[in-house]
Amino acid sequence: MDMRARSGWLQPNWPRGEGQGIPVVKWLQGEKNSILDERIELQNLACGRAAMRKVIYLDNSATTMVLPEVAEAVREAMEKTYGNPSSLHSMGVEAERILRNAREEVAKLLGAQPEEVYFTSGGTEANNWALRGLAHALKRRGRHIITTAIEHASVLEACRRLEEEGFSVTYLPVDKQGIVRLESLERSLREDTILVSVMSVNNEVGSLQPLEEIAKIVASRSPALFHVDHVQGYGKIPLPLKKLRLAAVSLSAHKIHGPKGVGALYLRQGVRIEPFLVGGDQERNLRAGTENVPGIAGFGVAATLARKNLPDSVQRMAQLKIRLAEGLLEGIPGAHLNGPEPRAGAPHILNISFPGVKAEVLVHMLEEKGIYVSTSSACHSRRQEASHVLKALGLPSSHLEGAIRISLSRLTTEEEIEEAIRTIKECVEELRRL
Amino acid sequence: MRKVYLDHSATTPVRPEVLEEMLPYLKEEFGNPSSLYSWGRQAKKAIEEARARVAGLIGAQPEEIVFTSGGTEADNMALIGVAYANQKKGKHIITSSIEHHAVLDTAQYLQRQGFKVTFLPVTPEGLVRVEDVEEAITDETILISIMHVNNEVGTIQPIQEIGKLARERGIIFHTDAVQSVGKIPVNVDELNVDLLSASAHKIYGPKGVGCLYIRKGTRIQPLLHGGGQERKRRAGTENVPGIVGFGKAAELAGQELESEGKRLKALRDKLIDGVLERIDHVQLNGDRERRSPINANFSFKYVEGESILLSLDMKGIAASSGSACTSGSLDPSHVLLAMGIPHEVAHGSVRMTLGRDNTEEDIDYVLEVLPEIIERLRAMSPLYKKAGD
Repeated sequence: MDMRARSGWLQPNWPRGEGQGIPVVKWLQGEKNSILDERIELQNLACGRAAMRKVIYLDNSATTMVLPEVAEAVREAMEKTYGNPSSLHSMGVEAERILRNAREEVAKLLGAQPEEVYFTSGGTEANNWALRGLAHALKRRGRHIITTAIEHASVLEACRRLEEEGFSVTYLPVDKQGIVRLESLERSLREDTILVSVMSVNNEVGSLQPLEEIAKIVASRSPALFHVDHVQGYGKIPLPLKKLRLAAVSLSAHKIHGPKGVGALYLRQGVRIEPFLVGGDQERNLRAGTENVPGIAGFGVAATLARKNLPDSVQRMAQLKIRLAEGLLEGIPGAHLNGPEPRAGAPHILNISFPGVKAEVLVHMLEEKGIYVSTSSACHSRRQEASHVLKALGLPSSHLEGAIRISLSRLTTEEEIEEAIRTIKECVEELRRL
Repeated sequence: MRKVYLDHSATTPVRPEVLEEMLPYLKEEFGNPSSLYSWGRQAKKAIEEARARVAGLIGAQPEEIVFTSGGTEADNMALIGVAYANQKKGKHIITSSIEHHAVLDTAQYLQRQGFKVTFLPVTPEGLVRVEDVEEAITDETILISIMHVNNEVGTIQPIQEIGKLARERGIIFHTDAVQSVGKIPVNVDELNVDLLSASAHKIYGPKGVGCLYIRKGTRIQPLLHGGGQERKRRAGTENVPGIVGFGKAAELAGQELESEGKRLKALRDKLIDGVLERIDHVQLNGDRERRSPINANFSFKYVEGESILLSLDMKGIAASSGSACTSGSLDPSHVLLAMGIPHEVAHGSVRMTLGRDNTEEDIDYVLEVLPEIIERLRAMSPLYKKAGD
């Protein structure tokens, strides 16, 4: 199988990754993996509130389990290092040291320099800041922004806000696989284009965007800056910052088994940006507010752990996702994927519809059996509207209604995937009988 | 060596009870509150409980509380959100010259966007005069933002009176209550405020979480966009453990408000009286009466505040000069300067802020150590020698 040609994640070109080059075959042969076994135990332990039955958590695009080591780091920072990092006394110095270590770890997993990482309250703030901050810093040069129709709401809404303020925004269409149409990018670039913002991995269908081609096209015709929302890709697919000449990248901790309430914006050295939160000289004067020291400590540990078994942890995840897709497509008549082919998409996200079955009903039924998946992105799963991403893919309404998203993490096991395939099949059959 | 933490206005240690309550949400209850299934619902429920607790501490309705990433975001949101939502009515904002930078810098940002901002002066004691507010009001005024307790000198501003005035004129009134919530009684109805900022880590809760109280009917725009969280007022996956911790901290602060307030006030007075008694050429900054129970701020003439801090740190005492957020800068405090305190005196200022962990013995220790430090530093100071000659 030739996966390398179709996506980037199997190539061992991780920036500063460790444990590279371990072949996928090793896992396929079913070799024991002690770290993995330990993780399975931990996950079952963590799912203690449902201890009576096994829980299979497959909604890792919404949020991930906080790893015990991460929780420990957060707890320790709260108990022992409670100083304000801006304080001059030794309590403050201690807190500052925690920030420095975490910044290094978060930078390492991205392949950036520590001083290019600015901590925020999460991915939403990072995206809002990147869009607003760069647009306003560049507005004397132009007022045109290009993004895609399938971005996360925190990018799209930030763009709408900018439109109200007199910027013009082009929302690029995508094809059936959820991949941005390059020819429309070429057509959309204008003399006054100042910013291009494209996500690396779509959170609902897992499509990988052709960032290299986009970077090339942009660089060849425009001085526009390039921002990538990497919230779903961080620690899962490599992002060659230099090669793509990225100006800004958004990250979130709770999607990589870190705590909620913390994220980061990578800013290439020398890129000018207006602050989003003002009123304090934290984060080198660019992001005011007392630093969330425990959260940042947890983010650092989560980044360290994510880097530990790269790239095989991600390859394993990808193989499991492919198995899941095959199992569901073969086992359930009429089932079809939304978005990219499993081998071409992100290693952890699968979006699938079962005609004749309402997604919401299926999600609840699965939950009763201990399997957690979602209908679309968590951020608007309480809304009744169809997902803007699936609509942009041009899917017929029958597909929209029945789409569920299944998202894995590196803790997901083979047994869990087999169990999920069996259970989903049963549930779909039962619902269809009704 | 004895460790005495006297920087509770910068941040406070997380209480064990708070941490205890947060831990499950850090570990097994990791669901996303926006998710449909029960894990998410459990997280959602926990957030609503916390919201009720925080609301309870300030006499608000739970649905009037919007959780933020902290006091700074709450202040930014209050000013920017009100300014843009009401700019058709007018473009004038009134604030004071001794606000926290989260308000001051935001006001200056709005100035650059074409809003007019009046920065009110203060009395030598650091108090805003209600008459000054009244005089500053124009037909264009859409927002007044005055802090409740000043973070550097601890003055308690006449919020109730300013709020009454604002209400009579139909102007939205915001108070940055980061330093007052959980320290002195705060009730949004009694204070006549429409918006109020609070922070968890100043009341023994976690860093990275705060809230903005928004009175029902107040016109305000969100600051963070892109997700329906917090009734569409603040986008972003909720910091569930942080919010739960904030809720617990608020509950405990409410229970102990009276007893702790009394105890700390006595300790504060002991500290102030002791310092003024034992050390020459020292002044207390701020108002003696209208003052936070946790704040003492002194200027020691002829010495540098930073040198005092370092000497104190070597004796195990953590204090600060000015606010933590600007303590890295060499400029004297904007608050002290606004109070008319000369540069050289402002440079010799030290803030000591008390908290739950401080005891009578801590104060005795400070009173024992501090006079020696000042004496030693002054012996090396050419300014002091000159003054003595």
